[in-house]
Amino acid sequence: MDLLTFGKTGWGDELFYATLMTIAVSITAMLIGFLFSAIFTPLKLSNNKFLNLIANSYTTIIRGVPELLVIYLFFFGGSGAIMYVASIFGYNEYIEINAFITGSVAIGIISGAYSTEVFRGAIQSIDKGQFEACKVLGFKRYIYFLKVIMPQMLRLAIPNLSNVWQITLKDTSLISVTGLVEIMRQSYIAAGSTRDPLLFYSFAAVLYLILTFLSMKLINKLEVKYSRGF
Amino acid sequence: MDLNLMASSLPKLLSAAFITLKLLSASLIIGLFIGLLFAILRLSKNSIINRFAYAYSYVFRGTPLLVQIFIIYYGLGQIEYFRSTFLWVVFKEPYWCAIIAFALNTGAYTSEILRSAFQTIKPGIIEAGKSLGISNKIIFYKIQIPVAIRQSLPAYGNEIILMMKGTSLASTVTLMDITGVAKHIVSTTYKPLEIFITAGGIYLFMTFLIHNLIKYLEKKYSFQ
Repeated sequence: MDLLTFGKTGWGDELFYATLMTIAVSITAMLIGFLFSAIFTPLKLSNNKFLNLIANSYTTIIRGVPELLVIYLFFFGGSGAIMYVASIFGYNEYIEINAFITGSVAIGIISGAYSTEVFRGAIQSIDKGQFEACKVLGFKRYIYFLKVIMPQMLRLAIPNLSNVWQITLKDTSLISVTGLVEIMRQSYIAAGSTRDPLLFYSFAAVLYLILTFLSMKLINKLEVKYSRGF
Repeated sequence: MDLNLMASSLPKLLSAAFITLKLLSASLIIGLFIGLLFAILRLSKNSIINRFAYAYSYVFRGTPLLVQIFIIYYGLGQIEYFRSTFLWVVFKEPYWCAIIAFALNTGAYTSEILRSAFQTIKPGIIEAGKSLGISNKIIFYKIQIPVAIRQSLPAYGNEIILMMKGTSLASTVTLMDITGVAKHIVSTTYKPLEIFITAGGIYLFMTFLIHNLIKYLEKKYSFQ
């Protein structure tokens, strides 16, 4: 247990910062995911077959391929691809991309595929009359989306988004393969140098459990807030 | 894009797909039994048994699969006493450690899927059985379990796909599944894009097959 104390002899402070890193990556990835779903959800709902195809291939491919493979592709293939683009512009030095950015983008793309499906489902289950009423009243497009559709959509989407959040939070453990020091990587380092993997990996599991437990509590509060009046 | 490399790596990756499928099927079969057992425990009226089953599914669903594999593969070997028992024969092999971790993980999700299926069985079906004078035991085995399994097919199909994607983590404990082999080829050829895209294509094809198999089963065993 001495190994988990704060200070020079223990791994407590390192694991604490690693936990903050996990939280930071998860939130960044979730936000990048929202950005992707903001692009792909309208494409999914559009009447244009070609746009549908693009959005469907995104969600199908990402949800059908292991997360680890997507992360490997980004981490090992990402710098190569960027260097190739840079070489077109005449820059031939080695470019190393930050593990935090590659990790968040890779997880964000995965999380975006799941949240796109959630938002699509939520918008589709809003009563058609709501859309028609907005048109009849002559609302501007963005006003009717922000003031009428969005609040109703969020109420329906939040329970499923909490699942996406859980998936995203757990997926961040896979970024440890790229060397970013989050909970899993820090436990790996600690386990390696103290030869006590059981303690550190079990402690990592406890940290993840605490994170999922606390975030569920928080999301439940949001859920109550958004389902007022229903 | 080096298409020749993609074509030449395909046979190696396809033979690795057998290991992925073996890991998947073994863990699904064991996981289904674990899931069924814990779903029944969850429905028990005894609150200790009930809470124990809930804690199991909460812990395994609330932690990443990677942590679970590492605890089983790296962690358990550390216990001196454990190494002297007969269980060590199983736990020293990364292959069995991966299967045990996957089975426990999918068991937790399956127990939740089956529990909600048991709870949503229409009471009329059970009452009809009772009024025909069928014993409770037979109602459970011959009516409740088959109906619950049919009702949970769509959700279970998703779980199979999630588990198939999860088997890629076996590569982190030195197993040569599709991801493991892909990483090995990349380390010798330095062509990550080509190899990982080919590997992704194989996974995608497997997802497609599983998806259609579940659809077929849903149609075959539909209530209508």
